Amino acid sequence: MNTAPRAERWSGYALLTVLAIAVIVPFLSVFLASMQPSGEPVVGMAWPEQWSLENYRNAWSVAGFSELMRSSLIIAVGVVPASLVLAALAGYALGTMRLPGGNAVAALFIAGLTIPVELIVVPLYFDLRTVGLSDSYLGVILVEIALFMPFSVFWMRTHFRTTPQSLVEAARIDGASSATILFRVLLPLARPPLMTLGLLVFMWSWNQFLLVLVLIQDATKRTAPAGLGFFVGQNNTDVPMLAAGTIIVMLPITLLYLLFQRSFVSGLLQGAFKG
Amino acid sequence: MGNKWRGYLFVLPALAVYLAFAVLPALHTAYLSFFDWDGVTLGSWTGLDNYAEVFQDPGLRGSVLNALVLVVFFAFLPILMGLAMTGLLARHRRPGMAAFRLLFMLPQVVPLVAVGVTWRWLYGDDGVLNETLSGIGLGGVTRAWLGDFDWALVAVGVVGTWVLSGLCMMLFLSGVQKIDTHLYEAARLDGAGAVREFVSVTLPHLRGEIAVALTVTTVAALASFDIVYVTTGGGPGEETTVPGLLVYRLAFSDGKVGLASALGVVLSLLILVLVYVINRLSRDER
Repeated sequence: MNTAPRAERWSGYALLTVLAIAVIVPFLSVFLASMQPSGEPVVGMAWPEQWSLENYRNAWSVAGFSELMRSSLIIAVGVVPASLVLAALAGYALGTMRLPGGNAVAALFIAGLTIPVELIVVPLYFDLRTVGLSDSYLGVILVEIALFMPFSVFWMRTHFRTTPQSLVEAARIDGASSATILFRVLLPLARPPLMTLGLLVFMWSWNQFLLVLVLIQDATKRTAPAGLGFFVGQNNTDVPMLAAGTIIVMLPITLLYLLFQRSFVSGLLQGAFKG
Repeated sequence: MGNKWRGYLFVLPALAVYLAFAVLPALHTAYLSFFDWDGVTLGSWTGLDNYAEVFQDPGLRGSVLNALVLVVFFAFLPILMGLAMTGLLARHRRPGMAAFRLLFMLPQVVPLVAVGVTWRWLYGDDGVLNETLSGIGLGGVTRAWLGDFDWALVAVGVVGTWVLSGLCMMLFLSGVQKIDTHLYEAARLDGAGAVREFVSVTLPHLRGEIAVALTVTTVAALASFDIVYVTTGGGPGEETTVPGLLVYRLAFSDGKVGLASALGVVLSLLILVLVYVINRLSRDER
């Protein structure tokens, strides 16, 4: 494709800029609100008279973000590695071996791609209580691994299917076992898709709301988004503090996004199957 | 038991977790949907009564209809916008696209709860929307958007449009990159203008991307919970209730676990059917 003729180029950029403004305004307005004096009414997009992090300090302590962030991290750090390992193993077998009934098993996983949380959350509340996993990180971690598993397996299976079969054959002729082939030959090549999958799973885990709302009643074990959900209910009127809390919840995942933008963008576009 | 079964050792761990913590709960929901149960005392079998109630009760039926209205805002508008932008931008390579892409995908990355809180403030009495309207002399139309019986659902829908438009647009633009440029050159030699070119070359080749976008956004609309929970909580009245919100409320506030389960099942079936239809249509016409 050629670069655009001048008139079309500028109209294109003008259009993009308009859209960019539409994306930025909500973020900017919540940021500006977070810089207004605490407790005072905020009107529109007012430029703060003086910049201060006071609202952030208040929001941090009032909402208990130290604990919220810790819970979010514990859960995400529990979910990501387990998801990667389980998905790599299953994706390898379903993608490169001829298993009897393998297609049916793959279909079973794929059928779960569109399972909404609403379908599983009600009995989980009662079932996890029965097995002593209510209000526990482990309970949430296991459910999230299961919830993201269809996508994770699908993702790794797709990857392993496209790696050249000759690599596997050559290693097999050399007498390597299935496990050796996976760990020595295939996994080192699978670093980019594993990385992308890890980021996507981290993001879904970090952003998960309904599941945590139901499975974790203990206020000290809530995750950051769930904590924000409650914070909104209690601090309806203090817009600046609420805005600061909102930014605090958005910041970690946004930084991660900026840091690993290439993996994130390709993951979101290729893996748009799950939201 | 031969060698060929041994591969299942690799599948087993993933399968076990998936079955135990996703498939089994889903089946348990289906089972509970046949009971009248408050979550505490002993439940009683009621057959299909809960399903009858889902379809007959105006509140429950209304929540499904609201979700279908949200499909317009979460799916149709972002896809139309994405296609329009693709038509306008795809003809030429543009330096600086990466930065725009990074920005347009950002709403997709941050927690929807935080997005909801942000928009609550934008829609507020003194929020940016009302202030802007007053500023351009439209003070008469300002209102508490999320508390307005006519506008609340639209306001919630627009949040979805904001979140999902960038994703759709980027999906389509990246799809266009895969189209053979010779097709465009041929179209241009035939004297095709921008519109003809879009309709006869771009659109047919984006069928796969459109199907994916439609699937993702439709599921996001029907299974929506986070945004509604923090912006309106279903109000005013029942104007913005969605099935997800009612599943939560019925099961954990109203003590109607069976009914909540039935609604969850109906919602999931609706999603399944729509996803199937979308993907079927996109494949058949290829």
